[in-house]
Amino acid sequence: MTALQHVKLGTYYVVHLPEPDDFAFWRERARLLIQCDVPPDRVAWVEPGGNGSLFSHGDKRLPLPEDDTRIIRASKRFLSIARNVAHHSDPERFSLLYAMLWRLQPSPRLMEDKADPQVRRLEDMDKAVRRDAHKMHAFVRFRMVEDEEGNEHYVAWFEPDHHIVRREAGFFVRRFANMHWSILTPKGCIHWDGETLRESGPAQKSDAPQGDPAEDLWRKYYASIFNPARLKIGAMLKEMPRKYWKNMPEAALIPELVAGAQKRESEMVDAGALEFEDRPETLEAIDKAIHACRKCPIGNLDNQAVMGEGPDDAALMIVGEQPGDQEDQSGKPFVGPAGQVLDAGLEQAGIERREVYVTNAVKHFKYVQRGKRRLHQSPTAKEIDVCRWWHEAERAIVKPKVVLALGASAARAMLGKTVSISKVRGEPIALDDGSELWVTAHPSYLLRLDGDAKAEQERLFAADLAAVKERLAELAQ
Amino acid sequence: MAALETIQKLEILADAAKYDASCASSGTAKRNSTGGKGVGSTEGMGICHAYAPDGRCISLLKILLTNHCIFDCHYCINRKSSNVRRAKFTPREVADLTLTFYRRNYIEGLFLSSGIIKSSNHTMELLVETARILREEHDFRGYIHLKTIPEADPELAHRAGLYADRVSINVELPTDTGLTRLAPDKNSRQIEGAMGGMKMAIRQSKDERKRFKHAPRFAPGGQSTQMIVGADAATDSDIVGKASRLYGNFKLRRVYYSAFSPIPDASAVLPLKRPPLMREHRLYQSDWLMRFYGFAPQEVMQATEADGNLPLDIDPKLAWALKFRDRFPVDVNRAGREDLLRVPGLGARAVGQILASRRHRTLRLDDVAKLTVSVAKVRPFICTVDWRPTLLTDRADLRSLLAPKQEQLELFAA
Repeated sequence: MTALQHVKLGTYYVVHLPEPDDFAFWRERARLLIQCDVPPDRVAWVEPGGNGSLFSHGDKRLPLPEDDTRIIRASKRFLSIARNVAHHSDPERFSLLYAMLWRLQPSPRLMEDKADPQVRRLEDMDKAVRRDAHKMHAFVRFRMVEDEEGNEHYVAWFEPDHHIVRREAGFFVRRFANMHWSILTPKGCIHWDGETLRESGPAQKSDAPQGDPAEDLWRKYYASIFNPARLKIGAMLKEMPRKYWKNMPEAALIPELVAGAQKRESEMVDAGALEFEDRPETLEAIDKAIHACRKCPIGNLDNQAVMGEGPDDAALMIVGEQPGDQEDQSGKPFVGPAGQVLDAGLEQAGIERREVYVTNAVKHFKYVQRGKRRLHQSPTAKEIDVCRWWHEAERAIVKPKVVLALGASAARAMLGKTVSISKVRGEPIALDDGSELWVTAHPSYLLRLDGDAKAEQERLFAADLAAVKERLAELAQ
Repeated sequence: MAALETIQKLEILADAAKYDASCASSGTAKRNSTGGKGVGSTEGMGICHAYAPDGRCISLLKILLTNHCIFDCHYCINRKSSNVRRAKFTPREVADLTLTFYRRNYIEGLFLSSGIIKSSNHTMELLVETARILREEHDFRGYIHLKTIPEADPELAHRAGLYADRVSINVELPTDTGLTRLAPDKNSRQIEGAMGGMKMAIRQSKDERKRFKHAPRFAPGGQSTQMIVGADAATDSDIVGKASRLYGNFKLRRVYYSAFSPIPDASAVLPLKRPPLMREHRLYQSDWLMRFYGFAPQEVMQATEADGNLPLDIDPKLAWALKFRDRFPVDVNRAGREDLLRVPGLGARAVGQILASRRHRTLRLDDVAKLTVSVAKVRPFICTVDWRPTLLTDRADLRSLLAPKQEQLELFAA
């Protein structure tokens, strides 16, 4: 019988596949049919449960080839795609594969023509199966149950789009070789007991365990690792479409997380509470702005901001820690006891205070009330960092060549880190804007000392001021 | 303070880790749990087990061992002067948590980082100990990514590499001035020195394995790093330049870019305007151009605008093409792979398909349309048998024709 005879006689053939993903069976029958030159439109491929009645007039007995040694050609690429396409849920998959195999006989390199519609369709199906498999690796969620003997059994419920359960068993065996697990799906189940793999028929969702205490931990992790400052729902949906959500314990949180995201982000910014406007560009503007500044708790105390003082082109800027009680009352920097120590030191070193811009790292007085007295409190690192905004604005306007930081708080404000005075004093430190920073003790520290220690610190303080004076003279040249 | 429950610690320490962009679990040696006594496998391709609404994949249990820190880096939520809640896991708790999640198929493995407690060495020892418990006591064969601390002893970093699939050291900021300003306790020479040490160790292990089958593997997934974008004044040109130097000098697998995002309890030194997420996206695209499309770093920099940043409204490849119009149109039926890869809208996959298809047919515009996402975008830059862009390529308003339509901004958008 020749091909022509089949066509003339109008013979149809029907092939019933034993399993929906039985590639080997398809391959065997397809080879036979091609050897008999049966064209694709004369064969119907029916999977189990498929609608075969349409083809009831078809002949279930396949023809026998005259020459069963005839070689059937199929490119490597076709075979690798066909193996995957056989798992697709499209009822036409086996017919499509047969049609392609038919076309490959005269043109064996057809699979390379990516612009051919049939090649594209098969490639898309191949991709869909691989994606489904990948999503199964990713989205299967086991729940642990203990049997009577206390053995752990991990059971998952999963709903794949395609017939991939058997195909993917190997992945789970390799990954969880020493666990007892089952994956239940509507398309059949697989079970592993640590040694052998067993298959069983389709299951229902109610066959799987309904919860696992570890899911609370997992949900907490999922909610915490999510960054509300960046919301990209499209990107999430592309990779984790809604159809998977119902079997993923963490997915129930998504609507809540999305809805709360903007609120959480604004809370995050509010917690920082640092919406700075543009940096002021004149000293007057800074003066005005710091009086209104409530960006840290110090600004909320009963006090007033104290602005720096001095020429707006001073070569030397002296930065203290924060205003004290008297400074707060007078609104001027370094007028209290520490100010007097500073003035004396400057005079001794030959520096005119009139020519110096004197300011503080923190603009408000931080204190605790003790009876009638307001006791000085050191600002926290956070508060110094917040106030850095203001004195950086001052520095950007005055552009001093040398900055002298008095004490650790002022040094932190300039450097962004806490340094030890004894280690950094006496040497210039280069700042970003090209100026240099010198660090010395705060004059109020000298006030708290007695005896030899006081004499020693006074000597060091004077030496630092003298060094600054010398450096200024060098820079002025 | 009462001892925190595991779930509270997890909340604090996962929250603290979320600013690290990397979550890759790919590119390591293949192995599985057959014949072992534990669980775990790696099969080359990474797996993203979930996606968060921020669009990032969740592949690994990404947590900090502790968010206590003696450093004071301004962009970091865990810096010493920040007021966040603090917590600390023991290495064993982290190992148990990893296994609990892994057995339920939630994750591919562990990505462990930490704030610095006591000293860099002490912290590094705890990180290594966690990996040791997983690998040796539980025979865990999943993925482990350890963040190594550049200031720690090289011997400890080496031990980390023996347990981990991937090690990473963050360069944090693209410029040295940015680093001194925002991360005063860190220094770029130390960071790059540590990366150099890792590169040597990875290469040495590869050599040894060529000669001795049982030589220990050292970080088979290579090393990666992360840069924060938008916290300092660095331009995209600076960032691209830095990234290409890092790829070149240290053979990095990946450079991650993380758009600086407002953090609770931020330091005043930081800008409060966050950079548009699109900037991060454009940088990743430029990264791709360098890694897969044969662009030299200088060529990517040529695509930047006058301020040194990549345009936000169009992708860097299109920006480059618009600047170098004399290189177009490209004939899809004749041009080589390198030239096709330069065409905006043609990806590496489409180029491969064009090259394969044209052995069988002379491509028409319709055929190209089947192989690409948007033929409208490609059209001005190619010719086919039946299509020639003639004036289109030279039109002055080509950019506005191709740029995606501007969406109206949301009135209350954050």
